[in-house]
Amino acid sequence: MTAAIQAEKLAKHYGDSIAVDGISFAVAAGSITGLLGGNGAGKTTTIGMTMGLVSPTGGRVSVFGADMAREPYKVLHRINLESPYVDLPHRLTVRQNLNVFGMLYGVADLRGQIERLAADLDLIEFLDRPAGKLSAGQKTRVALAKALVNDPDLLVLDEPTASLDPDTADWIRGHLERYRARRNAAILLASHNMAEVERLCDRVLMMKRGQIVDDGSPPQLLSRYGRQNLEEVFLDVARDRRKAKEPAS
Amino acid sequence: MTAQVASFSLYRVGAMVLRHWYLLRSSWPRLLELVYWPAVQMFMWGFLQLGVGKLPGALAGTVSTFLAAFLLWDILFRGQIGYSISFLEEMWSRNMPNLMISPLRPTEFVIALTIMSVVRLSIGLIPVTILAIVFFGFNFWSLGLALAAFFANLLMTSWAVGMFCSGLVMRHGLGAESLAWSLMFFFLPLTCVYYPVSVLPEWVQPISWALPPTAVFEGMRALVIDHAFRADLMLWALGLNVLWLAAGAVSFLWLLRGAKTSGSLIQIGE
Repeated sequence: MTAAIQAEKLAKHYGDSIAVDGISFAVAAGSITGLLGGNGAGKTTTIGMTMGLVSPTGGRVSVFGADMAREPYKVLHRINLESPYVDLPHRLTVRQNLNVFGMLYGVADLRGQIERLAADLDLIEFLDRPAGKLSAGQKTRVALAKALVNDPDLLVLDEPTASLDPDTADWIRGHLERYRARRNAAILLASHNMAEVERLCDRVLMMKRGQIVDDGSPPQLLSRYGRQNLEEVFLDVARDRRKAKEPAS
Repeated sequence: MTAQVASFSLYRVGAMVLRHWYLLRSSWPRLLELVYWPAVQMFMWGFLQLGVGKLPGALAGTVSTFLAAFLLWDILFRGQIGYSISFLEEMWSRNMPNLMISPLRPTEFVIALTIMSVVRLSIGLIPVTILAIVFFGFNFWSLGLALAAFFANLLMTSWAVGMFCSGLVMRHGLGAESLAWSLMFFFLPLTCVYYPVSVLPEWVQPISWALPPTAVFEGMRALVIDHAFRADLMLWALGLNVLWLAAGAVSFLWLLRGAKTSGSLIQIGE
């Protein structure tokens, strides 16, 4: 079966600066994979190359078998992204935004899909409100609705619950779990929220200075570093303060 | 849930046109601005034409072209600005990465921006041409078929420049935004909007003739002053415009590739 994402010796250099340093990994269909690392670790650049927004300097990344640097349009209709660094047009209402993106993705029964998303993500009461006039939590839900408008087989999420209150964040996580189960979709999740990663992810890629320095399921990483939670593992990796007891397989 | 993805889709073009139509519809200041500047300038040139036209001699004949020249220049300028602003709206709203990861092809994006430039231009220019009839008795539409040739040629030039400017902003970020507003003015003296090409120094004239609008403005003067439609000039402009449009499209794609290499598409919101 073709992997949702397959990266082989993927590299990105900006002049002398190395953002991503020859990483290789695969994300299986139906899995949730966490991408962890401090600021500047290379997560956003990796996501950018995976989505076809950034051209690799070396190596390749393919999504459902399509090389994202050469033939992204073979699969762009099957993937989607939600990121706090990207907004939806503020003056357009939520419904108008979903309508436009649904058309771009060629969604069949778009009206029905918007109604379903509105019901699932609790957007009904502000469907006709401009996107720019929503609260942070409401904007995140709308951005997630846009990311789900085409029922993607690969959903890439960059900090999906940043700046959300615990209740809304928990609600979003529950929705993502249900979506994965319903669609058998692959999810690539970059997050600084370790509890979120521990709860959602089947597997975690730890990045540092453009490299993947560890890789395993949350229980495997906890056991490898002899820690109680992923936050401690994250700090161990970020600060080089404790090496894994056993190397990653 | 998603339909088979075609390599070109009018539906996706329609989605982008709809997106910008929603925006225009929701913002009366944007709509007002489309009419405001053309109207102000039309009155300025109209009164100047009235004033100078009362003077005796050849000058009076020459100034009769001022309003037509202004309205044609405005097609050129507003066509490009209409194109560039629709593109800039995506940058201002940090929506560009959403579009670039969607199935929208660069060709479809460019065509949607082109359609929006015509929509924006029409909203601005049609009321102003009516005001020109009411206040100065100048009927722009009486130029007839010649107007269609002028209009088409000027719009093609505006799209070529719009594509180039949009590519620059995509590659270099909003720091290059001022170019989108000002680049067309570089052509203002060279395209001889308000005076004949013969006024220019001899060594500048070949440069001027390499710019498609020059032939349009010369053709307009021939029509208004001599009542002669110069098809040769329109064909010259059309030939140049084909080259300019090709250059604009190539530059847009080249700058898009540069944006992906430099990572500027993921730095838009940062």
